[in-house]
Amino acid sequence: MDIGSFVPLVLALTVAPLFVGVINRTKAVFAGRVGPPLFQIYYDLRKLLGKGAVYSRTTTWVFRAGPIISLSAVLVAATIIPFGSWAAPLRFPGDLVLFVYLLGLARVFTVLAALDTGSSFEGMGASREVLYSALAEPALILGLAAIARKTNSLSLSEMHQGLGSLWAESGLVPVLVVVALIVVLLTENSRIPVDDPNTHLELTMIHEVMVLDHGGPDFAFIMYAAALKLWVLGTLSVDMLLPARSGVVLVDAVVALAGMFGLAALVGIVESTMARLRLNRVPQLLVGATMISALALVLVYGEAIK
Amino acid sequence: MNLLLVAVVLLFVSGTLALVAGGFPALSKVLGAGGSVAGCALGLVAAVGALTRASTEALGYNWDVPYGSFSVALDPLSAWFVLPICGICGLSAIYGAKYLDAYAERKSRGAHWFFFNLLAASMLMVITARNGVLFLVAWEVMSLASYFLVVFDDDDEGVLEAGRTYLIATHLGTAFLLGFFIVLGQRAGSLDFAAIAAAGPPDAATAGLLFLLALVGFGTKAGLMPLHVWLPEAHPVAPSHVSAVMSAVMVKVGIYGLVRALILLPPAPARWGGLLIGIGIVSGILGVLFALAQHDLKRLLAYHTVENIGIITLGLGLGLLGVSFRAPLVAVLGVSGALFHVLNHAMFKGLLFLGAGAVAHATGTRDLDLLGGLSKRMPWVAGAFLVGAVAIVGLPPLNGFASEFLIYLGAFGGEELSDPGQAVPCLLVIPALALMGGLAAVCFTKVVGVVFLGEPRSEQAAGAHRPGLLMSLPMLVLAAGCLLCGIAPQGVVVLLVPVVSQVVRMDLATFSAQVENAMVPLRWISLVASVLIGLALALAVLRKVLLSGREVATSGTWGCGYTRPTARMQYTSSSFAQPTILFFMPLFRIRQTLIAPEGLFPQRAAFSMETSDPAKELLYLPAFRWVGRLLAGLRWLQRGHLHIYILYIGVTLVALLIWYVEIHIP
Repeated sequence: MDIGSFVPLVLALTVAPLFVGVINRTKAVFAGRVGPPLFQIYYDLRKLLGKGAVYSRTTTWVFRAGPIISLSAVLVAATIIPFGSWAAPLRFPGDLVLFVYLLGLARVFTVLAALDTGSSFEGMGASREVLYSALAEPALILGLAAIARKTNSLSLSEMHQGLGSLWAESGLVPVLVVVALIVVLLTENSRIPVDDPNTHLELTMIHEVMVLDHGGPDFAFIMYAAALKLWVLGTLSVDMLLPARSGVVLVDAVVALAGMFGLAALVGIVESTMARLRLNRVPQLLVGATMISALALVLVYGEAIK
Repeated sequence: MNLLLVAVVLLFVSGTLALVAGGFPALSKVLGAGGSVAGCALGLVAAVGALTRASTEALGYNWDVPYGSFSVALDPLSAWFVLPICGICGLSAIYGAKYLDAYAERKSRGAHWFFFNLLAASMLMVITARNGVLFLVAWEVMSLASYFLVVFDDDDEGVLEAGRTYLIATHLGTAFLLGFFIVLGQRAGSLDFAAIAAAGPPDAATAGLLFLLALVGFGTKAGLMPLHVWLPEAHPVAPSHVSAVMSAVMVKVGIYGLVRALILLPPAPARWGGLLIGIGIVSGILGVLFALAQHDLKRLLAYHTVENIGIITLGLGLGLLGVSFRAPLVAVLGVSGALFHVLNHAMFKGLLFLGAGAVAHATGTRDLDLLGGLSKRMPWVAGAFLVGAVAIVGLPPLNGFASEFLIYLGAFGGEELSDPGQAVPCLLVIPALALMGGLAAVCFTKVVGVVFLGEPRSEQAAGAHRPGLLMSLPMLVLAAGCLLCGIAPQGVVVLLVPVVSQVVRMDLATFSAQVENAMVPLRWISLVASVLIGLALALAVLRKVLLSGREVATSGTWGCGYTRPTARMQYTSSSFAQPTILFFMPLFRIRQTLIAPEGLFPQRAAFSMETSDPAKELLYLPAFRWVGRLLAGLRWLQRGHLHIYILYIGVTLVALLIWYVEIHIP
């Protein structure tokens, strides 16, 4: 195993909180505010890690295991993600299925920790989260299946190598998959139009309301896991959009990083210009994304017939 | 083989002794449960031996029954199914020994142990029988023994009703199996499996008919949609350790029968595989959706069995497609994923039913909306149940993920399936499995959250107590099994190799190359599982270090400004599942009753939601009503006088005699 393959992991671990910073800065610019510093999340993490903790009397060990298991799952998921022209440290046929299911594990434990508090608000958020992610999962895995089929590989790192020729052969397939992936990204990370990370009305939130009772190091784990999850799902879309490989490792890395921050700005723009969807509209959006992924898969086979 | 027969005899004898000793409950319990554990342990040894040697041992004796012979064999396929049967029956017996003490005053437990051990013995006989008559006799004993176990609590009219549904359903299934064996035997002139195999393949139309007969017959026992209606009725009302045996292993005997039939029949054409995938997808998705709508803990688990049988069936269908498309990797992955899931589902479903039993035992209710906060009152049960829940949702690092992963890999098909006509049915499996996984996560976060977490919603739940060691131990063993098979799946799949080679009928060189292909990702999965657990432990230590010396306070849950929350304000199972159920509304038949609050000072308000099974309401009830009307015309035959019935028998015998003479004596 070469040293280079650890670069994507190290980048994810260090730069992911900055991605959130860029989103927040974009939103501030749109609102005409100065906004928090780009590195605010790092400061928050440091502050939270230095604090004590308050646990609810209702909770059990499940509540305390939630942030730990979620962060572990997202950390392992981050080892499957390639970046720039680097392959991931963990790559084997079928790793894309593992990737999807690791995110599932993280979610199940976040939801269980929320239910452990016995709060009806957190139950509400949990109940919405599980429905939306159940519907997002087919969209994600079908989109990846289309690319896997086209590049003849079942490993995210190998798919990543084959993407360059994909655009040349059939541009529509990656475009459709990117659209589906971005919908999944916004859903899984609870961004507008699915959920509003800023709102202070507990009744309207999904992710933020589930973590109301966490504090101190636990909340730091949750924030970090959320930033990492945003990063790993973001790299999937950016990969699809910027598949050019120059041959120079550093140039590829800079292009990919620029792509990531472009995506962060895009998320910020969406959040500044759109309203949240009504809750009962969200499933329709997700079914739409699944259909788009399915269409991409049909196109892949349509080309095979030609 | 001899060892396994000894196990069967031991089970039967100990059961009979327990029945005879029924007057002395303590002795009867030791004989029944002890005999069950000893017999199952012997069976396990025999099965592991047969799997590691990859050999087939057969025995045959003559039997006076027409077309019958006592021929039995233990090949790798049989041995693979012996593992869950013996494992779950043995553990459930230990659990049952304590669980049944609650019925000590009302029920004779001698009969229970007789039927329990008879059920285990008859399942082993079904798995090893190599003659149609012997198979059907064992099958019938299995069905009847399980019927008597279901109606153990026969003071309850609901239990008897569920038992009747089960009895009718299982015999309808057996009728199709009778047809299956008659058609098979007709061609071969014998009902010995060896003779049937030697008679050569039947023509395509006969083979298709045989496949359908086997699918309906075995599918009824396995609980495939829409043949599943009896399953969510019968499994929940049985004592919990019996529910565990029925849901975790007895349905698998149906799967075994289907696989055995596929081996006896000629190589499957693609449409059989497609049909199995279709049924698997329907069973899987509808199974988990109906599970989600349930309020009864054990009924919910029973519907989940329908889902998991769906996953097994679609894996099997994928394997058949792989064989008929000459795509060896798809075949190997599909079949091994399905068979691995047979073992995995036995472990986590057994665990979950035993856990549900412990909850019912401690609180006296199975109603989800009356439970809550049990994690504090019975921590070991909660921990084990959580392991089972994560496993059944199919998440790493547990065993459910490993088997579903194999099926996913097969469904992607790789380079083998470049023709769209071949790839599309396989690819359908992918979004279906993803959706099932997501919905199972909805369902089990609901169950764990509502039953074990939060505050107790009733006094029964608040007063719950720990079950004894005898009840906890089997659950912990099964939880450890789920973890072990998740961390080292490659070690289990090695045992599966001879089994899969029996089913896919491939030459050895291609086969072993594909097995090696399947093993590579499994080793990675194993590594990831260990890393995941290691990381979680490391983070736990990190947090402990961070928090040491700092203030760690306890307080109430943040009520968003509301200061007097009560346990009744918590989200319930109905409210948790409601958004999902609303979205899939067209698939349900929901009855809502609403008493809305009225006036300025509303006195009473209520809301309740009942979900019924459309297969039962739209398919079976009308069909049975129609049959009932049709047969009402024959009611005059039934006079209630014994001598008239004897007359009927006499008339029938004379008619048969005349018919025989007409045909055989020219």
